[in-house]
Amino acid sequence: MQTFDLEAQGLRALNSTLHAQADNTNQTHWEIVNPKGSHAIAVGLDAPIEVNIKGSTGYYCAGMNKQATVHVHGSVGPGTAENMMSGMVVVEGDASQYAGATGHGGTLVIKGNASSRCGISMKGIDIIVHGNIGHMSAFMAQSGNLVVCGDAGEALGDSLYEARLFVRGSVKSLGADCIEKEMRPEHIALLEELLERGGCDANASEFKRYGSARKLYNFNIDNAY
Amino acid sequence: MCGIVGLFLKDAALEPKLGDMLTDMLITMTDRGPDSAGIAIYGDETTGNAKLTVQSNTPDVDFDKLDNELRKRVKGKVSMDIKDTHAVLSLQADQVAVAREILTEIRPNLRVMSHGSTLEIYKEVGLPKDVADRFDIRQMSGTHGIGHTRMATESAVTTMGAHPFNTGIDQCLVHNGSLSNHNSLRRKLRRLGVHIETENDTEVGAAYLTWKMQTGSTLGEALTSSLDDLDGFFTFVVGTKDGFGVVRDPIACKPAVMAETDQYVAFGSEYRALVNLPGIDTAKVWEPEPATVYFWSHNAAPTAQEKAA
Repeated sequence: MQTFDLEAQGLRALNSTLHAQADNTNQTHWEIVNPKGSHAIAVGLDAPIEVNIKGSTGYYCAGMNKQATVHVHGSVGPGTAENMMSGMVVVEGDASQYAGATGHGGTLVIKGNASSRCGISMKGIDIIVHGNIGHMSAFMAQSGNLVVCGDAGEALGDSLYEARLFVRGSVKSLGADCIEKEMRPEHIALLEELLERGGCDANASEFKRYGSARKLYNFNIDNAY
Repeated sequence: MCGIVGLFLKDAALEPKLGDMLTDMLITMTDRGPDSAGIAIYGDETTGNAKLTVQSNTPDVDFDKLDNELRKRVKGKVSMDIKDTHAVLSLQADQVAVAREILTEIRPNLRVMSHGSTLEIYKEVGLPKDVADRFDIRQMSGTHGIGHTRMATESAVTTMGAHPFNTGIDQCLVHNGSLSNHNSLRRKLRRLGVHIETENDTEVGAAYLTWKMQTGSTLGEALTSSLDDLDGFFTFVVGTKDGFGVVRDPIACKPAVMAETDQYVAFGSEYRALVNLPGIDTAKVWEPEPATVYFWSHNAAPTAQEKAA
């Protein structure tokens, strides 16, 4: 295992070292110590490596991730796993606003709570939150799955496209064009797989599913050119 | 963008280190606001005495024999402690109004930074590190304090545009964000007779809170009504004689992190401002909820959402 002291060695050295790992690297395990809330830790990775961050991070941790597994043993600041393409990001603590924003793929697991705008404009990422999520989550979410084992804040799924939202607890309010939908057997099966991937022991039958009513402007065929 | 830090001590043993801890927190927030910085410190109190912190761009001229001149015209003792461009005038609390009138007459270029029994506000243009050094903030002790690093978006980079703003006796405000209805609100407040000096948006926010409290609101009520009357983005931290409060606008895109241990309650725009505080690894760390007023006070056991008097 390679250990990197962020405080001593600096962010630029860290990210360029991680970027230099090829697909077939044999340095597959990395540990980052002294993150101390720094920004942009382990962004833009593109190799099948595992990075363990021992502490809390600031803005944009593990953004644009491809292939890598990034495990944060602490809490994360705004924009974690923003625009993730593939791989996995696990946060042991809480996540600040817009976690997983615009993510195209991969899995983001937040074991604590996520703040506002979680999964905003998500485009295929799967996000599993063990706790609660804040207001305006999954705003304009296009595809992928958002699983919330706790409660959701105001305006969940506002202007939603085709992402699926599963919430076990209460929803403070639904956003424009977001409605509760029937949980069919295929959704239960999908949710069970997501819960297992996210390390949740919650029972899939306790969740409600929310999705788009498809009534907004862009869904109306008469508005097409 | 701007940076805010705040520290409210529960453990009196840390009080001599308040200035030092706040300075470290403030410098960490330099990236968020390199153009100006300011700090409000709640320190010692002398019964019956008030402190006026004043600022001058020509301190050699304006502070020269200022205490002697004041002594001739106000009752009781007057003392002056000069720190760079600022001076703290200590005088009898019932003489403050008279003293302010006299200051306007004999030193028209002086600006009052703060008025209170324990509050002192120091702010200037420049890097947070340099501003803290000029006023020797590290050496200051106190019960609680608030700091701000500014990246101006709405108005000029000047001393008077820097934060904190004094909103009332022993009260101050710092702001991260931008208010979009400050011009109309400034006109409205000026019509009501409220003095607003600059074109700065936060000064309007501070004047609004002052006006609400002068017309019967508690600080808690004034902050709650600010959620309806102020349009724009804000994370506000307010200082009072006994503690501090936090409120974020309902959208809450301006960041805020809080930490609490048996020794302190701390506020930072980012977690990295808090990382060197004692016991941070085991502290309760959380993000304050949007549109929710929080208060911590020395008056009682610290509780969230206390309505301050």
